[in-house]
Amino acid sequence: MFQVRIHGRGGQGVVTAAEMLSIAAFVEGKHSQAFPSFGSERMGAPVMAFCRIDDKEIRLREPVLTPDALIIQDPGLLHQVNLFEGLAERGYILINSNHSLSELGLDTFLQTHPGERISVIPASELALKYVGRPLPNAALLGGFAALTGLIQMEALQAAIRQKFSGKIAEQNIAAAQAAFAQVQATLQGGNPC
Amino acid sequence: MLKQIEGSQAIAEAIGLCRPEVICAYPITPQTHIVEGLGQMVDRGEISPCEFINVESEFAALSVAIGASAAGARSYTATASQGLLFMAEAVYNASGLGLPIVMTIGNRAIGAPINIWNDHQDSLSMRDSGWIQLYAETNQEAADLHIQAFRLAEELSVPVMVCVDGFILTHAYERVDIPAQEQVDAYLPPFEPRQLLDPIHPVTIGAMVGPEAFMEVRYLAHYKQMQALGLIPELAEAFQEQFGRDSGGLIKPYRSEDADTIVVALGSVNGTIKDVVDELREAGMSIGSLAICTYRPFPHKAVRNALEHAKRIVVVEKSLALGIGGIVATDVQMAVAGLHKPVHTVVAGLGGRPITRDSLRKLFHRADAGHLERLEFLDLKHDVVHEEIARMEAGRRSGPIAENILHSVGTVASQIR
Repeated sequence: MFQVRIHGRGGQGVVTAAEMLSIAAFVEGKHSQAFPSFGSERMGAPVMAFCRIDDKEIRLREPVLTPDALIIQDPGLLHQVNLFEGLAERGYILINSNHSLSELGLDTFLQTHPGERISVIPASELALKYVGRPLPNAALLGGFAALTGLIQMEALQAAIRQKFSGKIAEQNIAAAQAAFAQVQATLQGGNPC
Repeated sequence: MLKQIEGSQAIAEAIGLCRPEVICAYPITPQTHIVEGLGQMVDRGEISPCEFINVESEFAALSVAIGASAAGARSYTATASQGLLFMAEAVYNASGLGLPIVMTIGNRAIGAPINIWNDHQDSLSMRDSGWIQLYAETNQEAADLHIQAFRLAEELSVPVMVCVDGFILTHAYERVDIPAQEQVDAYLPPFEPRQLLDPIHPVTIGAMVGPEAFMEVRYLAHYKQMQALGLIPELAEAFQEQFGRDSGGLIKPYRSEDADTIVVALGSVNGTIKDVVDELREAGMSIGSLAICTYRPFPHKAVRNALEHAKRIVVVEKSLALGIGGIVATDVQMAVAGLHKPVHTVVAGLGGRPITRDSLRKLFHRADAGHLERLEFLDLKHDVVHEEIARMEAGRRSGPIAENILHSVGTVASQIR
């Protein structure tokens, strides 16, 4: 079982991101489960959502406490919430920011964590460019697909089309593709940030 | 058709396939996406003929369903938590009148303190109201139980509550097989009321009944519940024949045939319990579980048979009867009366506290070693409780408990659990 925890703030599409990821996994024939943390669901308040992916039925109903991957939609949470709690030793980390890891104060991570498992992408900027609104979730999932190889872009596109319609869907797909390409390029370049 | 879908939407689609004729709901917290989805389906003409009635309160929601059902319409509503308490008088009326309404409870805690999260205190407060209560373990089962519920309700002329864990199931996306209309039509015949408000053949539904006849009317309500104990397994079997899925029934034992310790629970927590049972079985522990799907009527005989050989029984329940302890555990105790087995009550997950594998694992190890108390509270913050008790003992005006506890616990937004 692969477990993902997504951190962000109310209004940033954190829950939708987990739902889209679960739909993408479903499209690929896997079992998946997505649910929100049901915390304080106010605009701007810290919010978590979870997604589990497996080849067999998922019965577990606890929150994701030991994630295999973290998606951080809001870098402002980095030093407020205990985001990395329970992260697997070689877990993936994807951060939405236009700063580098060291600018974010996270360069110590690279001493203990494999660099090819960490990626920072300016997902909000990509969303502004392609969608016109700073909602980074689809772009981050594109980056997640490139970073982990866990889902294919085709499946992600199908998931985005299920949650959004018409022009908005196509714009989000464009943002996801741009993020996918960016993460792939940095991974091939051997530079995690 | 297999779909990756939110629990509430899956339930809405299943209800739509049951061809309800009147749906009434009060569309505010604590409501789920179920009635929102149904409202859209009625608006688009996908459920027809059907009237969606937006009412002014939960009390009105069930009152309208009662009127519609008495007039011969297949009627549905949904609520939870405070909403269910507000409709309590109508809840007893629906069952007292024998009207086959189906209602979803998206299980949530009851305040005060105000809390919107999941536990079973709401539906369990109505356990003696005369409604049949079915508890879903997964969203697939939640969808399937609604289809069975309409048939069960209408065959017996008794209302049925389908209890679905709020948030944990209602807001979770997972795989659900939504059946085809023809399949549902083949399983669920059109509603043929036992009693009908009909101006050509006038009857009184809701006659005043004095001491000379009240006991008899109540006895017959109980009699119908006893009939349900026989009918529910039959309907689950017929469902399996039609849809190819094992959904519903009275109880669901899991690896319990030879188990020394059997864990009993209602609803979605059974999934987590099964994962822990598998893990501990692998490590050599003799443990199994028992999901109670039908809680009212309570399947005493089936539960007794399933627990007869166990050395100990651990009831994990998301409810607390203040001043006594467990609610579900009390019924389980009655089922195993005379067998001289320890029945441990473990109150867990109140107000949405996560019930984790880790906590269950530790709990079951202690159970296996014979170290469990008669009544336990899973993951209770004892230090916080003792701090407040000390505060109360220290002086007269110790203040509101909820506020004090929040201060003791500190900021939660920065915590993962």
